[in-house]
Parts: sequence; C-alpha cells; structure tokens
Amino acid sequence: MGWYNKRLAKSLWVFHISGSPCNNCDIEILDLLTPRYDVERLGIKLVGSIRHADVLLVTGIFNQKIAPKIKKIYEQAPKPIFVVAVGTCVSSGCCFKESYNRVEKREEVIPIDMYVPGCPPKPESMIEAVAKLLGVLNG
Amino acid sequence: MKANKIPIGPFHPLLEEAEYFELTVDGETVVDIDMEIGWMHRGHEYISEMKTFTQSIYLVERICGICSTSHPIACVHAIEDIDNIEIPLRARYIRTLVGELERIHSHLLWLGLAGHFIGYDTLWMWAWKYREPVLEMFEIISGNRNHYGMMRVGGVAQDVDPAKLIELHKHLDMIEKKMVMIAKAAKDDPVLRSRLKGVGVLTHEAAVAYCTVGPTSRASGVPGDVRLDEPTDAYDLVDFERIVLPNGDVYDKLVVRVLEIIESIKICRQCLSKLETVTGPILNNVKEISPGEGIGRYEAPRGEVFHYIRSDGTNRPIRHKVRAPSYVNIPSFKASCIGIPIADALITLASVDPCYCCTERSIKIIDKNHDSCSFDLIKASREKTEQIRREINAD
Ligand code: SF4
Repeated sequence: MGWYNKRLAKSLWVFHISGSPCNNCDIEILDLLTPRYDVERLGIKLVGSIRHADVLLVTGIFNQKIAPKIKKIYEQAPKPIFVVAVGTCVSSGCCFKESYNRVEKREEVIPIDMYVPGCPPKPESMIEAVAKLLGVLNG
Repeated sequence: MKANKIPIGPFHPLLEEAEYFELTVDGETVVDIDMEIGWMHRGHEYISEMKTFTQSIYLVERICGICSTSHPIACVHAIEDIDNIEIPLRARYIRTLVGELERIHSHLLWLGLAGHFIGYDTLWMWAWKYREPVLEMFEIISGNRNHYGMMRVGGVAQDVDPAKLIELHKHLDMIEKKMVMIAKAAKDDPVLRSRLKGVGVLTHEAAVAYCTVGPTSRASGVPGDVRLDEPTDAYDLVDFERIVLPNGDVYDKLVVRVLEIIESIKICRQCLSKLETVTGPILNNVKEISPGEGIGRYEAPRGEVFHYIRSDGTNRPIRHKVRAPSYVNIPSFKASCIGIPIADALITLASVDPCYCCTERSIKIIDKNHDSCSFDLIKASREKTEQIRREINAD
C-alpha cells in the first residue's frame, strides 16, 4: 500500500468524533484550523462526513452509551483509516478512571493507531503528531 | 398533512459533545422538538465522592472544557461555605480575573461558532484569532492554556507574577481594541442584523417559565446575574454593568454576549490594577473541613452554576451535586424552536450556547414510508444567509 499512502499523505481529510470528553480536546482540535495554527496549509481539512475521511480523531473516555455508536462510525469509514486518539482521556482515562460508565478497553471498541497525550494536548503537539503520521505514510 | 421527523446527532462532525435532537417538521416549519441527553455522562458526582476535597476541584474542572474555571470556583465556594472560610483579598482578585478571562474566551468561542453556522466563516476566524491572546494570558497566569488548576479551598494555587502585569495589560489593550472592532462590525452588519433579528424568540414569560439562566435569560429581559445579585470574590469591589436586552431573539443574545465581553475586559483591567497594589498571602491554610453542608454559586459564561457539597468531617465529600446552566437552558428550545423554519433551527439551537455545538452534519428526513432523503441543515442555514445578502445588495 506504499503508493497509496504516499498519495494520501498529500492531503489528509480528518473527521472528528467525541466519545464523552470534557470537550476541551475538541476545542483545541478546532483551534488547529483557525489562523494561529492553521493546519489547512498542510493539506489537512476537517470534513463533515466519515465517508470522506482518511483520519479519525477520537477524544474522551467512551461511555457505555456512546461506544456502540463509535464502533458503528468506524465501520462506516472507508479503509484504510488512521485513528488518532487525542488526549489523556482515551489513553488512560484521565481522572475518570473510577467511572462506572467507562468502557474498560477503548482499543477493543476501535483499533487506535496513535496517541497524543496531554490534558488537553497543546496544538503544537497535535501538529507534531500529524507531522509524524505524514512521515510514516511517506515511508 | 404529513409530519416528518429529522434526527440530529448524536455525532456532530465539527465540535464537542454528542447530543441527539429530533425535530418534527411540517414542510419547512418545526412543529416539535425532542432531545436525548446522556452521551457525555461520566459519573462526576460518583467519582467525586471517592476523591479528597482538593482532588475533586481538579475533577470538576474537567466537567466542561470551556467553563473550566466556573465549576472549580462554584466548588470551592461550596466547600468554603461549610466552614465560612475567609479568603485573602489578593486571592479574591485573582479568582475574579481568571473567571472573567474565561468569560471572554467562552463568548468569543460562541461568537465564532455562531458566525460559522450562518455561513460567516470570516467572523469565525476573526473571533478565534482574537481568542488566542486570551489563552496566552492564561498561559502567563497559570502556565496552561486550558484547565488552569488555579482554585484551592481558601484561595488560589498560584500568584500572578508582578513582573508579568505589564505584559498582561498589553494583551488586554490589544483584545479590547479588537473587541470594539468586532462589536461594531457585528452590530452594524446589515446581513447579520436581518439574518438574526426576530429569529428564535424566547419571550420573557417563556424565559421565566423555563427558569433559563445567563445570557439566554438576560437577552429576554430577565435580569438575573449572580455576580451582581450575590457578589462573591471580588465582584463587590469592581464596578461593571448588568447587560439586559428585551427582545429575546438570536440577535439580542449575540449583542448581550458581545457587550458582556467588553464589561469583562473592564473587570479584568480593574483586577490587574488592584493586583499591583494589593499584596499579601494568596492561600489560607485550611486543615480540616467540619461536618456540614455548603452551597456554591457562580455566574459561568452560560449562566449560574450551582454546587452542593456535604461533608462528614473526613477529607472527602460524601455527596457532591452539580447543576450546570445548560441543563436548564436546553429545555427552552421547546419555547424558542417551535414554529420557526428549519433553516433557522440550527442557529436558534446554538444561540443558547449549550455545551454542545451542532454544526455541519448530514441529517436525514424520514417520512412515514421510511423513504429517506438527505438534508443538510447547515447548508439550509447558510443558503438563507446568502439569500438575505443578495436581497440587501440588490436594494
Ligand atoms: S484529556 Fe483532559 S482535556 Fe481532553 S477530554 Fe479528557 S479531560 Fe478533557
């Protein structure tokens, strides 16, 4: 798939879903699009439908109610799709570890390719993550 | 006459929380609205009972990323209320400063999104561009862009470095200049005015009946504002005005928020000047919380947030109840959305600034035979703006 990935890397289209976050991570993701950080110059665009997306950004601890929906969205995505988990919530559960409504293993809901730690991660670190992803895709 | 149902959600491709709405429409008109919440439920009140008082402040900070200092302020007020703990004067000014900066950034965020919903992406980019200096101020004060971790029982966690005050003043001047510009642009723009005036009216009676709070109610002529009605922290030491407008439409909600930004800048400036002269400790050492119960209120950007804490003398709360403003504001859609065209529904839903932002999404109209056709709500909203723009230009 090397040739395919290389073409993909030219312009990544991103779809974002929030699985019970505190929505700070989501706002920081949006911040990436606004003039200060402006990731559109790297060809990255937020799209309105999962069917157009190459990258799926997920945030939050995935509560019991939303987990099946996240799974469904992932299934609808055209493959290959790269899942980037933004925030400590997805990787470790942040301060919601004791929650009764949390999905224990988020990797079992959808496979996750990359984690960006931080609560919330700074936009700079998200850009770094994107740059790394581009590096991998370019081989 | 056939009523169609439009499901919205639970995922909104652009932002924030998942919410589920179901609009029942008759032709172009919304005749009923239903909503389902719980997609974001993380069990804060339950987790809080397992944490110590200090830890629970960090936990409530993560209830919402936008009001991430309103909840901690209400929470520490509740804990301080149990023992009537006094806090030092300097800490009071710092609390108010952080709270008001948050109001500026939250209202700017809303302003940008409102512009985005009606197809004014320029307004979105502008508002978010000038939101960055506010986040920078937070970074100078607390070291973090969001989730500042400033509140403690009995004071604040960090002092504002006196050497940084000049820089903070400079940032504030810059923000003020830009805000006056945006306020003027938003108020004078003929397209914005005709697009939003008279849209999604929440009448005074409905605002009272639904117990709405914050800018949602103040735009409908209900003057409630906890900062003035029951001043805590430094709010009785600074002067600012209560912004109340009578019409209850989306345009008034926008103007209320823009004017509140300017009032908040005024408060921040007063706090910064006071921080130059007021010295002293920033934290009272609190060793123990005695058994009892306390309540804390604070005027968050979206309205009054309320915390209730019961203590049994240990270092953990045995009951922690949170009531967030959106919880009472969201049901007011029943009053404001019914009878309006679908193209206006999106901005009306967003005008309350609930902790969700529904934006560009493909939704489906399902008729009784379950034939479905795709219908793009945000496109409808933008097309209406475009149409108004053309009409105005034609005149
Ligand atoms: S990682 Fe932190 S900022 Fe991000 S969603 Fe979780 S609690 Fe919020």
